[in-house]
Amino acid sequence: MDDIIKRNPLRSLIIAILIAVFLWLVFAPWPPELVAKWGRKQIFLNALLGGITLGALYFLVAAGFTLIFGLMRVVNLAHGSLFLLGGYLGYEISSLTGSWFIAFPVVFLVVGLLGLLMQRFIFSKMEGEELRQTLVSIGISIVLADLMLWLWGGQSYSILAPGFLTGPMELPIINSINASTGATNWLRYPAVRVWILIAAIVIGVAMWLVLNRTALGMLIRAGVDDREMLAASGVRIQLVFLAVFGFGAGLAGMAGIIGGTFQSLSPGEDTRFLLASLVVVIVGGMGSIVGAAIGSLIIGVTEQMGFVYAPTYSVVFTFLIMAAVLAFRPQGLLGARR
Amino acid sequence: MAMTDQAPRFVNRADQKLWFERIPAPWWALAVVLVFLPVVANSFWLFQVMGWTFILGMIGLSLMFLAGYGGMVSLLQMTVAGVAGYMVAILGTSGTVTVSLGLVWWIVIPAAFLIAALFATISGALAVRTEGIYTIMITLAIAAAFFYFTRQNYTIFNGYSGFNLVLPPQLFGVNWREPVPFYYLSLVLAALSYGAVVYVSRSPFGLALQGVRDNPRRMAALGFNVTAHRVAAYALASVFASAGGILLVWQNAQIAPGTIGMSAAIDVLVVAVVGGMRRPLGPFIGAFIYVLLQVFSPDILGFFGFSAERFKLIIGLGFLAVVLFSPDGVLGLWDRWRARRRQQGGQAGGGVA
Repeated sequence: MDDIIKRNPLRSLIIAILIAVFLWLVFAPWPPELVAKWGRKQIFLNALLGGITLGALYFLVAAGFTLIFGLMRVVNLAHGSLFLLGGYLGYEISSLTGSWFIAFPVVFLVVGLLGLLMQRFIFSKMEGEELRQTLVSIGISIVLADLMLWLWGGQSYSILAPGFLTGPMELPIINSINASTGATNWLRYPAVRVWILIAAIVIGVAMWLVLNRTALGMLIRAGVDDREMLAASGVRIQLVFLAVFGFGAGLAGMAGIIGGTFQSLSPGEDTRFLLASLVVVIVGGMGSIVGAAIGSLIIGVTEQMGFVYAPTYSVVFTFLIMAAVLAFRPQGLLGARR
Repeated sequence: MAMTDQAPRFVNRADQKLWFERIPAPWWALAVVLVFLPVVANSFWLFQVMGWTFILGMIGLSLMFLAGYGGMVSLLQMTVAGVAGYMVAILGTSGTVTVSLGLVWWIVIPAAFLIAALFATISGALAVRTEGIYTIMITLAIAAAFFYFTRQNYTIFNGYSGFNLVLPPQLFGVNWREPVPFYYLSLVLAALSYGAVVYVSRSPFGLALQGVRDNPRRMAALGFNVTAHRVAAYALASVFASAGGILLVWQNAQIAPGTIGMSAAIDVLVVAVVGGMRRPLGPFIGAFIYVLLQVFSPDILGFFGFSAERFKLIIGLGFLAVVLFSPDGVLGLWDRWRARRRQQGGQAGGGVA
């Protein structure tokens, strides 16, 4: 860290100032001039927090996508369909059993199993033919989308969160200070979103630990770097592929429940989240979990900020970020050049 | 070594066939059928089935050109077509008088082609920053971004509702939306696009592009600018897509974000893959199959007791079957069948001798 600062003093200073300004914007009460220019602080904070929670959701979807891509070179364009399928199944299970929590393991298993079957019977048959695998995944996504439209119709569903997750909670961030009484208004924010953020962070850290601290993670990282060499050294790489594909698919399914809880599920959400995963992975770098986390955060916050401050052009910002990354760093922010 | 090299042999004027003799007979038959189709076919077939086939075929052709000769599977072609279509609606006349500028057709149509080509060139320049499988991801992302942009932007693209009452200009006193004129218009444009692709594929540029597809490093070592060839291919392919897009707007008399949505972008890929991406004829065959399925699926599905809405399921399963069992499409099946016939014929002939 010291080394980096010594080598790039100017850049470090600019970054430090930006971080300080950002922290001030978040934690300090805003002076009236700023409020006059940008609107109330609550709008800014809500957009920021909304962006971070949206980024958390994007991360859950994109993490599996990037892992599958990094290890198997399969661009699974049916990933969005797995997300939507997980959401619908979660809705059915939670309304049948009345328990939100039971839905998670069941959906993880069911959608993960679907992913396993896809890898075992389709993708592994055409290993190395990347274009064909991608085309097959497009075909699967068309079929799945129509089957889901058949079964669940065109209306939108939302999953009810359990009681303790509903309602707002107070965060230790000053919203505004009442000028006459001097009382501090703390920011109130929907509890379910805070918990989703925490869950995404826990899952992300757990994935990082598994990848970097366990034997399985070692195999996966070795496979990302050089698949043939790993297979040649006696590892049954098809099993590793199956594990990663199943896990990635299951994670997308669980993300579907979360997406159905704090947004809603309807046909078209599958392509929306597929697009989000694509952009996140392009921005963050293919095959990198940390890259996916950073990419999701950037895309989520950009999207929400765009919605609040420039509603009819918000997609353009996301697109511009992607274009800038492609122009200056085609392998993504944290991607390795191959 | 120079001694053994053969000098280029100039073909005798006498044994060089005339151009119309070099076109095989089935093509002449096809041309005659297509030209005289309005005599027998009703307006539904001409306008809906054949018109739509030519339009989808042209957009698919632009994808085939990029994928077959350039090795770049771009999901952007429907979006390029949509840009041209939107430009016709925005610059020309439409039912949305607040947005449409109402310029004359000889400004509107070239401008639509130019803007679409510009869009395709910029997107292509972004997409060729990476290679292979990444192209699909990037072009899909750009296509989706444009779709969401048209849906949420009201000042330029009129948001959800898009533009309606976009009619072709009344040139030479002909209403080009009448079935027969529209049929011939789309037929001529499709034939021109087809001829252009065949011609370009044999031109120095087309050959260099195929070289870039097969081995970019060797082409770069030979002094070809790989990136420039790829970007130029995007620009050239945009012409066919734009022609299809403008015809599509005129046929439907409207354009909305749904026209260029994700499923439309993927339909173009389906059309090109099902027909076969090796030859320019493939997309037209794929488009014909797609349109027939689309138009007659209610009857077929009703026959088996399903509701008519399951059309996408048939398309998806059919696409899966083609990709799984015949990756080079229907034309590939045909080629293999002919090869087998020839082989069997050869064996039979050998047995007799």
